[in-house]
Amino acid sequence: MTTVIEKAQATDRLVPGTPLLEVRDLHVEFKTKDGIAKAVNGVNYSVSAGETLAVLGESGSGKSVTAQTIMGILDMPPGRITSGEILFRGQDMLKMSNEERRKLRGRKIAMIFQDALSSLNPVLSVGYQLGEMFRVHEGASRKEAKAKAIELMDRVRIPAAKQRVGDYPHQFSGGMRQRIMIAMALALEPDLIIADEPTTALDVTVQAQVMDLLAELQAEYHMGLILITHDLGVVADVADKIAVMYAGRIVETAPVHELYANPAHPYTEGLLRSIPRLDQKGQELYAIQGLPPNLLKVPAGCAFNPRCDKATDLCRSEIPALHQVLDRDGAELAGRKSACHLWKETLHG
Amino acid sequence: MGRFVARRLLQMIPVFLGTTFLIFMMVRILPGDPVAAMWGDKAPDPAQLAAFTHKLGLDLPWYEQYFDYMGKLFTGNFGETMAGRQVIDVISEALPVTIRLALMAFAIEIVFGVGIGLLAGLRRGKFADKSTLVFTLILISIPVPVLGYLFQTFFADQLKWVTPTVQDSMNLGQLLLPAVVLGSLSLAYVARLSRTSIVENIRADYIRTATAKGLPRRKIIGTHLLRNSMIPVVTFLGTDLGALMGGAIVTEGIFNVKGVGNALFRAIGQKEGATVVGFVVVLVIVYLVASLIVDLLYAVLDPRIRYA
Repeated sequence: MTTVIEKAQATDRLVPGTPLLEVRDLHVEFKTKDGIAKAVNGVNYSVSAGETLAVLGESGSGKSVTAQTIMGILDMPPGRITSGEILFRGQDMLKMSNEERRKLRGRKIAMIFQDALSSLNPVLSVGYQLGEMFRVHEGASRKEAKAKAIELMDRVRIPAAKQRVGDYPHQFSGGMRQRIMIAMALALEPDLIIADEPTTALDVTVQAQVMDLLAELQAEYHMGLILITHDLGVVADVADKIAVMYAGRIVETAPVHELYANPAHPYTEGLLRSIPRLDQKGQELYAIQGLPPNLLKVPAGCAFNPRCDKATDLCRSEIPALHQVLDRDGAELAGRKSACHLWKETLHG
Repeated sequence: MGRFVARRLLQMIPVFLGTTFLIFMMVRILPGDPVAAMWGDKAPDPAQLAAFTHKLGLDLPWYEQYFDYMGKLFTGNFGETMAGRQVIDVISEALPVTIRLALMAFAIEIVFGVGIGLLAGLRRGKFADKSTLVFTLILISIPVPVLGYLFQTFFADQLKWVTPTVQDSMNLGQLLLPAVVLGSLSLAYVARLSRTSIVENIRADYIRTATAKGLPRRKIIGTHLLRNSMIPVVTFLGTDLGALMGGAIVTEGIFNVKGVGNALFRAIGQKEGATVVGFVVVLVIVYLVASLIVDLLYAVLDPRIRYA
């Protein structure tokens, strides 16, 4: 039997330049007591090997649901994938059997979660939880698994790894625990890592260390990285490109520095303006007015229109498509798209 | 850890003294004269009565009786019954029977209780879950005597699989039916407790992590889910083992099992102070040791608990 992984690798050799992961027109909804919540409404994005895609958005924007759907750990029910494709090395993972997908998880695609304390099993030693990757996926013995766990802990720079391999999650500090999560994701040197707000639960100083470590290891292993965050500050240094999500849609994509310099969507503009800045000390902090929409009844037209100070009648009636963004001379700006009827005014105005 | 065990063992001393004293006093304040009862319906000869009472030491003040009894107890002498039998013999005859019965009931409640609870918890809201809730509710509502007589009627009188009462109290096959009756109530509790615990833990973040690691389902449940879910169940099981040992009076009565419950019931009826206290001493020790084991098991199941 040729495994999925072998097939996947074969495809990879046949078609060079295929993105590692491509999400195509993904729709996910949740059945709730009050109706159907449309959490993801036609998301498209792709990541290549060695590339970092930052997915930015408020809570409820669908960024985590998309990630969980890619990972295959969405709770179904209540969740339901209504349409779309998730291509990993050109193969649609949504058409694979559960067993085929399980073999990809951890081995080819790994995930880092937000709260390492609750995401690690409290009653098993970190050595066991790390070693489990090798035992389950590679059939390693207990002893080999333990040796590899120590090696991994060294790699993510946990001091005295050899002595600490038998310790339990609660015996580590927050930063160290997140390093263990990273080590666990790295264990089998996957092609793609999805990090769901990996630094949100950490102190600012530790955040930087953990982010740097993640970026460094990603470069070393030449992995694709999807970094999900609501924190614009985290993204700037590590991401190659950004996808901004709002109400289950991607509203803007752009190479990271271009997005910071010149956003093409009022929502992105609002996000950037709401970052506290030292040179604006004393001024009132900007906040986007209103609240994220209720997913049970997303506003007609552009979902952002009730909160947008530029909104026109068109915005209230027609959902904007994700347009290619052009510069002043009408030339395409590579990798830049905006789902705003008024992208020109926003970008050039 | 060693210190913890030592402290717990030391704590057993006051508990032990307190319970024995209480039981001793309770037996004494039971109405009626146990010595006079030996004559049955006939009126006893006053001289003989006095002689017997003196011989048994029952004419002494209560504190002298108590210290006399406790003094002997610490040398391993459990005293004699009024008929002159060594209490230790009565205990060593009944205890092995009850231990067998209790352990069988215990095994039944663990295997089926946890099994049913796991199944229900994993299929939350489905038929298996709902029928478990109904089934356990029925078990909890039926009083043990009713269940005992129902089983007796059905399995012995109708199906003739077993004899209605136990002929040989040491025979494991014959003890099976009483063990099922004895364990049924706790089985229902264990099943419900396990179910709730599983339902809570299956939504935990670390289960999501285990799934994301690509572990097979059987491993996620066996290693990650069960271990975390068993912590509250172990608490219940620990106290229940003691209850099964001492609380089998009704079940042992229905099936005529010659165990602790039966012997204790008879001893209370006959106001056999020494026998009653003797049994209680043994049961208290069993109970204390069982709860110590549970506490130690906690630390094994949950490393966040450390004993110093």
